Amino acid sequence: MTKDRDIQIGEAGGILAPPAVTAPSVLRERRKTLVSPKRLEGLAPSYDLIVVGSGLAGLTAANRVARQGQRVLLLEQHYNFGGLATWFKRQNGHIFDISLHGFPVGMIKTCRKYWTKEIADSIVQLKSIRFDNPQFSLQTTFDREDFTRILVEHFGIQAEVVASFFDTLRGMNFYDDQRLTTRALFQRFFPGRTDVWRLLMEPIAYANGSTLDDPAITYGIVFSNFMSKGVYTFQGGTDQLIKAMKAELVHNGVDIRNYAQVEQILVEPEGEGPPRCVGVVANGVRIPAKAVVSNANIKNTVFKLVGAEHFSPEYAAEAEGVRMNSASTQVYLGIREGETLPFVGDLFFTSSAPEFDSEALCALECTSRTFSFYYPEIRPGSERYAVVASINSNYRDWADMSDEAYQHHKEKYAREAIDVLDGYVPGIAQKIDHVEVATPRTFEFFTQHAQATSFGTKFEGLKVSQELPKHVQGLFHAGSVGIIMSGWLGAANYGVIVANEVDRYLLGLTKPTAGAREESAHV
Amino acid sequence: MSENEVRKLILDIIHDIAPDEDLSDVKSDVRLRDQLDLDSMDFLDIVMELRKRHQIEVPEEDYMELSTLDGCVAYLSPKFA
Ligand SMILES: Cc1cc2nc3c(=O)[nH]c(=O)nc-3n(C[C@H](O)[C@H](O)[C@H](O)COP(=O)(O)OP(=O)(O)OC[C@H]3O[C@@H](n4cnc5c(N)ncnc54)[C@H](O)[C@@H]3O)c2cc1C
Repeated sequence: MTKDRDIQIGEAGGILAPPAVTAPSVLRERRKTLVSPKRLEGLAPSYDLIVVGSGLAGLTAANRVARQGQRVLLLEQHYNFGGLATWFKRQNGHIFDISLHGFPVGMIKTCRKYWTKEIADSIVQLKSIRFDNPQFSLQTTFDREDFTRILVEHFGIQAEVVASFFDTLRGMNFYDDQRLTTRALFQRFFPGRTDVWRLLMEPIAYANGSTLDDPAITYGIVFSNFMSKGVYTFQGGTDQLIKAMKAELVHNGVDIRNYAQVEQILVEPEGEGPPRCVGVVANGVRIPAKAVVSNANIKNTVFKLVGAEHFSPEYAAEAEGVRMNSASTQVYLGIREGETLPFVGDLFFTSSAPEFDSEALCALECTSRTFSFYYPEIRPGSERYAVVASINSNYRDWADMSDEAYQHHKEKYAREAIDVLDGYVPGIAQKIDHVEVATPRTFEFFTQHAQATSFGTKFEGLKVSQELPKHVQGLFHAGSVGIIMSGWLGAANYGVIVANEVDRYLLGLTKPTAGAREESAHV
Repeated sequence: MSENEVRKLILDIIHDIAPDEDLSDVKSDVRLRDQLDLDSMDFLDIVMELRKRHQIEVPEEDYMELSTLDGCVAYLSPKFA
């Protein structure tokens, strides 16, 4: 058993020696000297647009607006660009991807149009997605055809019911009744069939943190994108993707700076109308701009970067009420150089919980994890393997822990993940030579997101995000909100939608409208 | 600008947005998204390109007018006048 093995569990938290070079404890020190005015030397005196944060929404908005011919500055507080689309390297050649588990086919078109053909051409389909839990054990290619086959053959559901379920999802849009929950939707089509609910819900819960009690329209929109044509990944790894995006930004004339902490979004009163955004303060430096897109969490944007006093009490209350989605814990397992793994699937949803249960999925007592297997093909030219176990978590469970409990739980999570994995890939425990755990505390440090949210906000966050420019002229938000605008594809597409608004604003063409709701309903 | 020119300019934009689409046989009176692989994001791109190339602004409430090629020509021609 792995308990007896001498594996040092490092972190991303640096409590156990040896602290990794990029552990928050080390980074915090390094940041003190790097997050400085010097970092912002050589900038233009002012910009048309400043983008705060380089998640996929921030990156894509910056690129899109720059291509329209505007002068754009992108500021990121972290050392890497990409936000949650990130990776880290460790001794002995290990490299781990944080959020490269899979995205919908639509990402190909989005990359082709808003980035480059080369990026789009590196997107490949995952071959095998597996499930194992007390209710069923199966494998799928994750498309409508295969789900139909499984639901009919394995679960004994009538083909017409399956077809009508898929058609209902496809027909769903933003204006549908928001009170209908996913639970009620499942109950309507598959009454009492908690095994079917699990098949349909578990992957989505990992993809965006939503639960059976969230609006069915969010499920319908996401499912239709995600589970209709398979799951895709980026060949080359997250590092290559972000490298290519950075090059493209520079090519389009965007100034980019890392270690640039935006402390304030500057707002000035404007006669009778709402105040106007005039720039930011980053690393203590004031940078003027005609418009700002914030890719920081929506609540941070309103309350920390702008300040509640600049908003109407009604809007501030609405923003205050926005709920966050769940956070994440991950266990990174590096396979020793020279060792190989058999192909056991790309994504593997495992659980020992008797039924799918949104609360149990995030509980500190962990019963469910998704394993992502990284074979050498993911980084052509490399011979290395890695496995990442992803677990949905409640922020509070981890944030409130004593240091001892924190350390204890990290080790427990690592051990349990290895034990479960060893059951599926016998002998793998002996091939692992690097183990590391990231918790909601780690994610909070790296993204500064409220409650370390992995997938932005619940549904109500979309409205607050879209209405921001009505309350501060020239200030926009683009980033994971509303469940439907999260994940790599949702965030990137939201960046494009917001870029259109920014472009219109910069050309002085904005008139008060209802916002970009219509487009967002269909992406 | 003649209606034919407007028509061509729209097709030029669509060609740049969706380079893989065959535009040789686009029917004027059929919804563009029903004959080409265009989605709402593509329509957003068309709007942005019109703004960039021709300084023409299409407000959100008028997006519907662009659903067919005939619609585009009817809606945009006066704006080029
Ligand atoms: C563990 C995990 C696994 C995931 N797996 C997948 C997956 O397989 N597929 C998928 O599609 N999605 C996945 N996701 C979700 C996906 O990664 C996110 O939805 C998406 O990347 C978020 O993009 P974003 O633009 O909203 O911003 P984020 O990625 O959240 O980035 C925001 C950026 O803003 C920066 N920032 C914040 N405040 C400031 C400030 N004041 N000054 C300067 N910079 C600031 C942050 O440092 C950060 O870089 C996963 C998420 C997690 C956590």
